[in-house]
Amino acid sequence: MELRDISADLAQVVEQASAERQPLVVVGGGTKGFYGRRVDGTALSVSGHRGITNYEATELVLSARAGTPLVEIESALAEHGQMLPFEPPRFGPTATLGGALACGLSGPARPYRGAARDFVLGTRVLNGRGESLRFGGEVMKNVAGYDVSRLMVGALGTLGIVLEASLKVLPRPAAEITLVRDEDPDAALTTMNALGGKPYPLTASAYDGERLYLRFSGARAAVDAAAARVGGERLSDADDWWRSVRDHTHPFFTGDAPLWRLSLPATAPLAEREGIGFVEWGGAQRWLRGERAAEAMWHQAQTVGGHATLYRGGDRTAGVFQPLPEAMAAIHRRLKRAFDPHGICNAHRLYAEW
Amino acid sequence: MTQANNDLPTADAPMGTADAAGRRASLASAFLRFLPPESVICAPEELRPYETDGLSAFRRVPLVVVLPDTIEQVQRVLAICREQQVPVVARGAGTGLSGGAMPLDNGVLLGLAKFNRILDIDPVRRIARVQPGVRNLAISEAASPHGLYYAPDPSSQIACTIGGNVAENSGGVHCLKYGLTVHNVLELKMVTIDGELLTFGGECLDAPGYDLLALMSGSEGMLGVIVEVTVKLLPRPEVAILQMAAFDDIANAGAAVGGIIAAGIIPAGLEMMDELAIRCTEDFAHCGYPVGAAAILLCELDGTQEEVDEQMQRVRAVMESSGATSVHIAADEAERQRLWKGRKSAFPATGRLAPDYYCMDGTIPRKRLPEVLQRMSEMSAQYSLPVANVFHAGDGNLHPLILFDSNRPGEWKKTEEFGARILELCVEVGGTITGEHGVGVEKINQMCVQFQPLELAQFHAVKAAFDGDGLLNPGKAVPTLQRCAEYGAMHVHHADAPWPDLERF
Ligand SMILES: Cc1cc2nc3c(=O)[nH]c(=O)nc-3n(C[C@H](O)[C@H](O)[C@H](O)COP(=O)(O)OP(=O)(O)OC[C@H]3O[C@@H](n4cnc5c(N)ncnc54)[C@H](O)[C@@H]3O)c2cc1C
Repeated sequence: MELRDISADLAQVVEQASAERQPLVVVGGGTKGFYGRRVDGTALSVSGHRGITNYEATELVLSARAGTPLVEIESALAEHGQMLPFEPPRFGPTATLGGALACGLSGPARPYRGAARDFVLGTRVLNGRGESLRFGGEVMKNVAGYDVSRLMVGALGTLGIVLEASLKVLPRPAAEITLVRDEDPDAALTTMNALGGKPYPLTASAYDGERLYLRFSGARAAVDAAAARVGGERLSDADDWWRSVRDHTHPFFTGDAPLWRLSLPATAPLAEREGIGFVEWGGAQRWLRGERAAEAMWHQAQTVGGHATLYRGGDRTAGVFQPLPEAMAAIHRRLKRAFDPHGICNAHRLYAEW
Repeated sequence: MTQANNDLPTADAPMGTADAAGRRASLASAFLRFLPPESVICAPEELRPYETDGLSAFRRVPLVVVLPDTIEQVQRVLAICREQQVPVVARGAGTGLSGGAMPLDNGVLLGLAKFNRILDIDPVRRIARVQPGVRNLAISEAASPHGLYYAPDPSSQIACTIGGNVAENSGGVHCLKYGLTVHNVLELKMVTIDGELLTFGGECLDAPGYDLLALMSGSEGMLGVIVEVTVKLLPRPEVAILQMAAFDDIANAGAAVGGIIAAGIIPAGLEMMDELAIRCTEDFAHCGYPVGAAAILLCELDGTQEEVDEQMQRVRAVMESSGATSVHIAADEAERQRLWKGRKSAFPATGRLAPDYYCMDGTIPRKRLPEVLQRMSEMSAQYSLPVANVFHAGDGNLHPLILFDSNRPGEWKKTEEFGARILELCVEVGGTITGEHGVGVEKINQMCVQFQPLELAQFHAVKAAFDGDGLLNPGKAVPTLQRCAEYGAMHVHHADAPWPDLERF
């Protein structure tokens, strides 16, 4: 494992960029550059700031520098039979912890175990002035001060640069089974929602338009019992299959057609007119392919109480995230200024205006 | 609960002045334009019940208490406060233990007691939409016919409100497995100091833009007034069993906690109590605790029958190999409830041992427990004040209860100082000054120990992004840099003397 602390250098770069009003584009492992709006600026790599700084398996806590590859973190955890519960997508072998948190993306277990932000206990960040600040800590419960650590998750580096983070980790389940069965779209959605309301050890669900995939994890006996009760064919290469969904190597996600993500209430009906696409998270995350008018996507998502993102491909110079109502946009602008008064950190990556 | 304390200034002064009377009258008349008379309280004797929250050593009488019952009324109240530049403090049930809901004597207290309706329970979507003044337990009660419940269960759950829970990011005895309030809230509606109604989060699993839902959690009424909360409901586990293990050495109990987690088991609840807490609680609740044991661990496992059966054997083995002197499994649901009832009444039970008690709330890395307990018992001897310990052992959240008598001159000061020392010890071992009760007015000085000036400045900037004039709960949660400079100077010069009287506002 490589251990390097280059936080002082990074702080200096940001401080100078701030003084010179020189926008910076923060880069970790370079696997998620496709996400968010296209931005210009001087690239600032944090991948050299790496290494696990603390891992206490019995405390369920791991701290690492932002440039630490997820692969390295997950293999350290695996040695102690533990895992990152939110299953961060990697999209490539170089993916770093900092990138995972900045993008705030979570994998198949999201509805059942929680999101990236749910497992962040503390962070050290460089704000847009290059000030190194520590929030939260390495303990499970901490309500001293505002929860800036969670605010950083999904902010796409627009509020500053995450230098280091402490995460709550969990034991890996002793056993796991994925069941597959043919379902028509409405039945699939109903099944996913119904199972979510039962005390089964469900930890992932997906529907590809024809087949429903359900993953159960936990003690051997519990998983077997759930499988017997729910019914379906056992998927043999389940780990690979869920990884392909997580990292978008599954055939649905490959190719160049624009990829839209809809985050909807889990019970929102499937709009067949748009095509079923690929459904995850018990119905709460849905994917569609192809050129689509952004305004129409946003409108459609909003009508059912959700939001839409042009996730990958398409026109990335226009807006890619659901526009905010003006009062919310105003709070966002003020928060951005509170952390990054000169607008140098990943400016315009989240919204065009700032 | 601590009692009124004579060392602190009472808040009567402003009431007597013509200026305050004038402001009170003019505010009241502004509110009476859209609120019925019973919702605007300004008679001194009717203001009294609002002068403190659960931390009763701190008291202030507000200028006016308003009890709106529509969102629109809240918007108008805040708009008036903003216009007249009057501070506002939101209040749920007032069970907070850090003085967060303590009024300001030049301000308005905005009570949310009338927002007590459950708006919707949807068993298919597994959500409850409620008003902020709904009591925590009422949500689970309403969801129960559908086999669902709301997971975070603070010991104060029969009284505390969901709005207060969000503002403090409250935990409960089941949060090791099911998370804190922040993990269980989907959507918030909040009114800003400008009177604007905003929605954070939603019924889906994320929202565009910054995670303001997370930022609001634990923000202690400093950023806005929460007027509606949508929470996640979980299916009731098929089975839940509770094991109680007794130990003759508290370090062994600590080792058992680490052992259970190392075995890959996340119990639904994992609580520890020390000898004094056991004795007081048993005396009060007659729940069947082993009086005389140095510590007990309550370990609840839940899930499917198969899962629980398997884990139960392994937990038992860990308890025994860690030196438990007895391991008992609750025979039935009634006994399980009784054993939990004991734990949940630990504060008031322990409080009976002395005229007053002061409840602390630090979190530490669990492995430092033996050392922290040792140093606390040394301090206890040094201050001649007994301390009982109740511990959310699974997540390292320690609740030392300091027993004292506020009628003895100087004893509250001594108690406060002892408490401050405990919190500073938590920071020293890598923990935090508050796990779930919040900073409020109580731990404002210890914030200076936990955070550097630049970090505090960043907090102030966050606050200003929501509340530029600093009218929402001013003086709470985040200390001014000047205050910290004074506190720091004191630390250096009189390390062993009681902290001089720093005004808290
Ligand atoms: C016996 C006892 C046991 C306790 N056990 C626990 C426990 O196990 N776990 C735990 O976490 N806490 C516990 N507490 C502390 C307390 O109950 C919690 O902090 C609770 O969440 C406070 O809720 P409340 O409605 O009483 O809020 P209040 O005390 O009225 O207010 C608390 C804070 O929230 C703000 N606030 C309240 N409502 C709103 C709103 N609608 N919008 C914006 N801000 C608002 C107030 O301004 C204040 O800062 C306990 C307290 C007691 C007395």
